[in-house]
Amino acid sequence: MKIKIKRYNQELIEKNSIDEFEVSNTNLLKALIQIKQYNDSTLTFRCGCKSGVCGSCAVKVNGLEKLACRTKINQNDLIEPLSNINIIKDLVIDVSHETFLLDKVKSYIDINSNKEINQEDIEKIDLQSNCILCNSCYSSCPIYSINKDFIGPFALTRALRYVDDKKLKDKKEILNNIQTNGIWDCTLCGTCSLVCPQSIDPKADILKLQNISFQEGFSNPNLNNFDMNFDYEFDGFNPNGF
Amino acid sequence: MVDLLIIGSGGAGLCAALSAKENGCDVLVVSKTYPTHSQTVQAQGGINAVLYENDDDINLHIEDTYKASCRLSNKDNIKTLCENAKDSVLWLESIGVPFNKDENSKIKQRKFGGTNKKRTCYSSDYTGLKIIHTLFDQCIKNKIDFKNEYFLIDLIVENKKCYGAIFLDIKTGKIENIYSKSTILATGGYAGVYSNNTTNSLSNCADGTAAALRAGVKLSNIEFVQFHPTALENSNILISESARGEGAYLVDSKNKRFIDELKSRDEVTKAIYEKLINKDKVYLDLRHLDENKINKLLPQEKRIAFEYTNIDITKELLPINPAAHYSMGGIKTDKNFKTNIENLYACGEVAQSSIHGANRLGGNSLIEIITFGKKAGISASNNSKNMKSIKNIESITSFENKIENIYNLPNKINFYEKKDLLANELFEKVGIIKNENDLDDFINFIDNLNSQLPNMGILDKSKIYNKNLIDFLEFLNQIEISKIIALCSKQRKESRGSHNRLEFKNISNEYEKYSYALIEDELLKIGFEEIS
Ligand SMILES: Cc1cc2nc3c(=O)[nH]c(=O)nc-3n(C[C@H](O)[C@H](O)[C@H](O)COP(=O)(O)OP(=O)(O)OC[C@H]3O[C@@H](n4cnc5c(N)ncnc54)[C@H](O)[C@@H]3O)c2cc1C
Ligand code: SF4
Ligand code: SF4
Ligand code: FES
Repeated sequence: MKIKIKRYNQELIEKNSIDEFEVSNTNLLKALIQIKQYNDSTLTFRCGCKSGVCGSCAVKVNGLEKLACRTKINQNDLIEPLSNINIIKDLVIDVSHETFLLDKVKSYIDINSNKEINQEDIEKIDLQSNCILCNSCYSSCPIYSINKDFIGPFALTRALRYVDDKKLKDKKEILNNIQTNGIWDCTLCGTCSLVCPQSIDPKADILKLQNISFQEGFSNPNLNNFDMNFDYEFDGFNPNGF
Repeated sequence: MVDLLIIGSGGAGLCAALSAKENGCDVLVVSKTYPTHSQTVQAQGGINAVLYENDDDINLHIEDTYKASCRLSNKDNIKTLCENAKDSVLWLESIGVPFNKDENSKIKQRKFGGTNKKRTCYSSDYTGLKIIHTLFDQCIKNKIDFKNEYFLIDLIVENKKCYGAIFLDIKTGKIENIYSKSTILATGGYAGVYSNNTTNSLSNCADGTAAALRAGVKLSNIEFVQFHPTALENSNILISESARGEGAYLVDSKNKRFIDELKSRDEVTKAIYEKLINKDKVYLDLRHLDENKINKLLPQEKRIAFEYTNIDITKELLPINPAAHYSMGGIKTDKNFKTNIENLYACGEVAQSSIHGANRLGGNSLIEIITFGKKAGISASNNSKNMKSIKNIESITSFENKIENIYNLPNKINFYEKKDLLANELFEKVGIIKNENDLDDFINFIDNLNSQLPNMGILDKSKIYNKNLIDFLEFLNQIEISKIIALCSKQRKESRGSHNRLEFKNISNEYEKYSYALIEDELLKIGFEEIS
């Protein structure tokens, strides 16, 4: 079976190319390993757990975000690095923005607490706390592609994970941190939810954060802005909607 | 120079960092992966602690752990671990780890092998994932400094004192010395050297263990490698013990159960292995379990089985085999997590902290990395507090040469091919059941491999993110440590826990000792010492 891989190496004169490889393995990660070991040792990608939990092997297959270790490939598939993020080499992207974003939101328990919570409370945050920081949602997000200050899907999902945690003392702080370049800039297009390998639904989480924000007295800053200027044009619509 | 250098950002490294920082120490965590890419994410089943003493008792936890260790452990250390386990779990809960709860809002516990009590706390079957991400969030909150994707090449040790370590910055290809008053190794275990036959992460290659050995650090009980009974046939992805804990059976091709599924891992593994070498097959049978329960408590196992073998565990039998899983042995530490080298500490799976002995109980590793990770952070940071400054040793140049030499080696032999071969030889000859002939064979194989090394180079000659180079450096470490496993296995002429010798089928009192491996005056010394 043949697959195509988009290459990038800043140390070469010909930085970009699309190379074709013959592989026998149908699991994408195994196929990549096979190529590296027996065809082209310069092929570069990340991997770790081989079972879909470390989030390091996310790539694009025919334009869609996938975890290599959980993906079956077909003839002529095109493998590319994730989008919207600097590429270091071949399929390896720079993921250092994760720390920056999580810190910006302050998504963590603010004051350690042993407040008693029940199974229902746990289930409320169970799905969100399954995020593996694979960056697939970031790669697929149209807003992040044009605005690198956007606190995108996984960081917002993680914001909700803590806002919904009864142990959090003060949810206002996290909510405050996601008002600008955050929940109101999302178009609710749902692409992030489609590509999430953990079946997390960042779009729904963002909607929920919008509702909670309303309840806590925040309002949509974009809407205010637009209210003044283009009231007639955007009435009732999310101003960023496509 | 930093006060405290922590190498490794799995659960052990992050806990050490958090407690050291809280102790007022300036810390730097350096690792070859990002924290959330570390192997700790893979832990599924749970973490052991006696939380409520109506039915369980800390003494029982101590007894079970000691019994599983086959007397190769230190009861005082086990006591410290078990007595602090409750605090560790409650601490994890207080920072946000969402443990499953029972109807009275108490942390729910499941039963693991080797014990009669329900003692294993869990977050569905994503326990490790939820723990590491929560710890990572706390590290961000506490402004812990990280250097990610830095590969530890060697420790800086002179006259049995550690002054830091030498790293390769994977992103730039540059060598960097990091000097520190104290250093903690938390680089994870060495079961990954069985590469194709392990449940471990592909990035788990015994690097820390090998670097320690080269620096004169004493390794202990390296022959004790735990083989997990239930990994998926072919891919060796783990199916957690929680499956059996929740009631799954092990059956052979005649659909017959052949062992109590909740015996300790060494016994279950041996029983399965005997079936397999007699050309039988072994399956995990979950069909009788309530589907709802599987969806709630074992969602990851269900997904893994379906994705990697196309099997629906609620309806079909799942073919399994044992795979190398955990390293009971490692860097010998004392009760303060100190190694035999001054200013050097170790915690987590990389350490042999006298807990697991010949066989680890499921759920006891996570509790160890949290509890001892935190304590090691305090110990090492206290050590730094008493120090004013340290001298810098210039070793950068020699290491640049070492790496430069690798770039210049001819590529007549493909080292990846040899790496595969090594893993298979290791599994067959230094695996679940070992014998003298096979061990000798393997040692010869390694010596032969070493002589071929000058003809195995790397093809990628670039500096930036050279994974080919990293793979090669890992391969060198794999060679070094797998030889130590064989040498230590050879000298232990008995069967105990995970270590089984064909010619010596029983436990022997003579070997109620720790084995050690140590390089002193450039000579490798292998021997036994009293339990401490
Ligand atoms: C599939 C699986 C399931 C498991 N399930 C359970 C369970 O349910 N309960 C339980 O108690 N235990 C379980 N275990 C065991 C447990 O997960 C591990 O023992 C534990 O997570 C080890 O943590 P650690 O912090 O010591 O090391 P790791 O998490 O392995 O982290 C090692 C760190 O060291 C770094 N490192 C390694 N080499 C280098 C180098 N050369 N240079 C720089 N940094 C380096 C890595 O990047 C990483 O950050 C399981 C293990 C596996 C593999
Ligand atoms: S729903 Fe929002 S966060 Fe998700 S991809 Fe669309 S714009 Fe981005
Ligand atoms: S939300 Fe989903 S897609 Fe986004 S990083 Fe987390 S696991 Fe990946
Ligand atoms: S290798 Fe860990 S998610 Fe694919």
